[in-house]
Amino acid sequence: MKKLSAGLILLVILASFQTAPSKKPAVHKAAAPVVKKAAAPAGTAMDRGKLIYTKRCLVCHQVDGGGVPHLNAPLDGASAVKGKDKAKLIGYVLKGFNDRVEIDGEYYSNNMAPLPDLSDQEIADVLTFVRNSWTNKASAVTAAEVKSVRAKTKK
Amino acid sequence: MKKFLHLAFAALVVVNLTWLQACASDGDKNKKPATTVADDAGLKLPAGFSAVIVADNLGKARHIVVTQQGDVYAKINARGAGKGIVKLRDTNGDGKADQTSSFGNYGGTGIAIKNGYLYASSDEEVFRYKLDDKGNVINPDQPEKIITGLINRRQHESKSIALDNAGNIYVNIGAYSNSCQERDRAPGSMGRMPCPILDSAGGIWQFKADKLNQTYGDGVRYATGLRNVVGLDWNTQVNQLFVMQHGRDDLHNIFPALFTDQDNAEKPAEVLFALKKGDNGGWPYIYHDPSTNKKMLAPEYGGDGKKEGGKDAIDPVMMFPAHLAPNALLFYTGNMFPARYKNGAFIAFHGSWNRAPLPQEGYYVVFVPFENGKPSGKWEIFANGFAAVENITPRSAVHRPCGLAQGPDGSLYVSDDQKGTIYKISYNK
Repeated sequence: MKKLSAGLILLVILASFQTAPSKKPAVHKAAAPVVKKAAAPAGTAMDRGKLIYTKRCLVCHQVDGGGVPHLNAPLDGASAVKGKDKAKLIGYVLKGFNDRVEIDGEYYSNNMAPLPDLSDQEIADVLTFVRNSWTNKASAVTAAEVKSVRAKTKK
Repeated sequence: MKKFLHLAFAALVVVNLTWLQACASDGDKNKKPATTVADDAGLKLPAGFSAVIVADNLGKARHIVVTQQGDVYAKINARGAGKGIVKLRDTNGDGKADQTSSFGNYGGTGIAIKNGYLYASSDEEVFRYKLDDKGNVINPDQPEKIITGLINRRQHESKSIALDNAGNIYVNIGAYSNSCQERDRAPGSMGRMPCPILDSAGGIWQFKADKLNQTYGDGVRYATGLRNVVGLDWNTQVNQLFVMQHGRDDLHNIFPALFTDQDNAEKPAEVLFALKKGDNGGWPYIYHDPSTNKKMLAPEYGGDGKKEGGKDAIDPVMMFPAHLAPNALLFYTGNMFPARYKNGAFIAFHGSWNRAPLPQEGYYVVFVPFENGKPSGKWEIFANGFAAVENITPRSAVHRPCGLAQGPDGSLYVSDDQKGTIYKISYNK
């Protein structure tokens, strides 16, 4: 217990010194009209995404985005996360993931629960965050893109 | 910042040493060695112990076994031909392997030696190989298939094995689920009643050690209600199977209104069971709370963190902190270590992930003193330092302890499936 609380203090200290990715993601101007932007919640997509990540994703994918070897797929460096097929990535959040498939040369055992309770904006924010954290650097995801995938998923 | 961290660590070490010394002077006959020392192999061990690295970079080195001649067989969870079992030999007696060979076209975790045979498991089958009188596999390409057709649905797929002295082999068939929800790990999804997984998984099955091509119909469901067992061992002193269960995950993610991050990180204990035929460990209907030592009704079945459950389930022998992932159990029968270790249990904790966002724990080997088949003291960390990083994440941990074996001289071998390192721990006084 002594060790645990000391470890906790350390973690808090370390966490407070951890720097969030400073570069803003490239936003597609055409996809984000000014009117809709004003309706979005406060803060940057990265800040909002980090909060959602910490609450809903971190326990499996971990603070370093490294996942858990053989159990939970990593997000940092993952081709499916930083790749061009955003619809597929959005689909993982909406529908979960239960298949035994090879991911970047490795297999992962655990199922991912679907998170359909997250709003279009929240999914856009958290995916923007994971696509632009750690070593990842990719375009932002918009609420409109999530809405479009969600509509197709329901059919 | 670094200086501050170093200072904090130094302070912590001083506090711990003082505390340990205070404990050592209180006349407890089970007192633990007073200090820990850093070792050449990078491990922290009790005074008088040292470790050497037998081999490195073997891949996912899961369970291990050592022959009477001192050769190591390591089960590698590899894909690709011929790398499923690695044999290591030390020809000059320095503890380090200088001859390496491999065979076996399958991954998997389990490996054991009994009555002149080497047994090894994939995630669906168990094989055995006849050994010559020097502990060499006679036909590495022609194993006998002992058990086949075991369920592998990704989750908890490893088939750990142990053998008794009456011709039986025990196989863990882990539940392909976290808590038998209608939808695995989904928030708010309730448990299926009765849990249908228990018919073919979530327990220990007993088969004959010498009969070919057995499957479910040939075996006996020896014990049920066990979510996933990776570490298990036959205790020859009391002639009984002991198993370490991996406790459930995600209390807070599935039921955020009932459990906090801290509840999830600390409540669902890892537990040690002593099994008899027909026993029920209680999964998925209960979890174990190490703070109260009680069996708690799982929230998927109406639990709220306060209601107890599991009247038909056996009590654990011992509870350990949540999520540490016990991947190996070994009862020490050697004579090299000091007398207090004799017949006690070593447990390799692979290390946690589901404790996040709280700090991770585990990534060490613990010891539990035993007398007459029952724990005679508290558990203590025996070997630490495997992760070799300060704020551990599962990816950043350099090593993760996964397997344990006893050498013919009484030394203790530990395998690591992150970097593929095999350690040999000896006592020197």
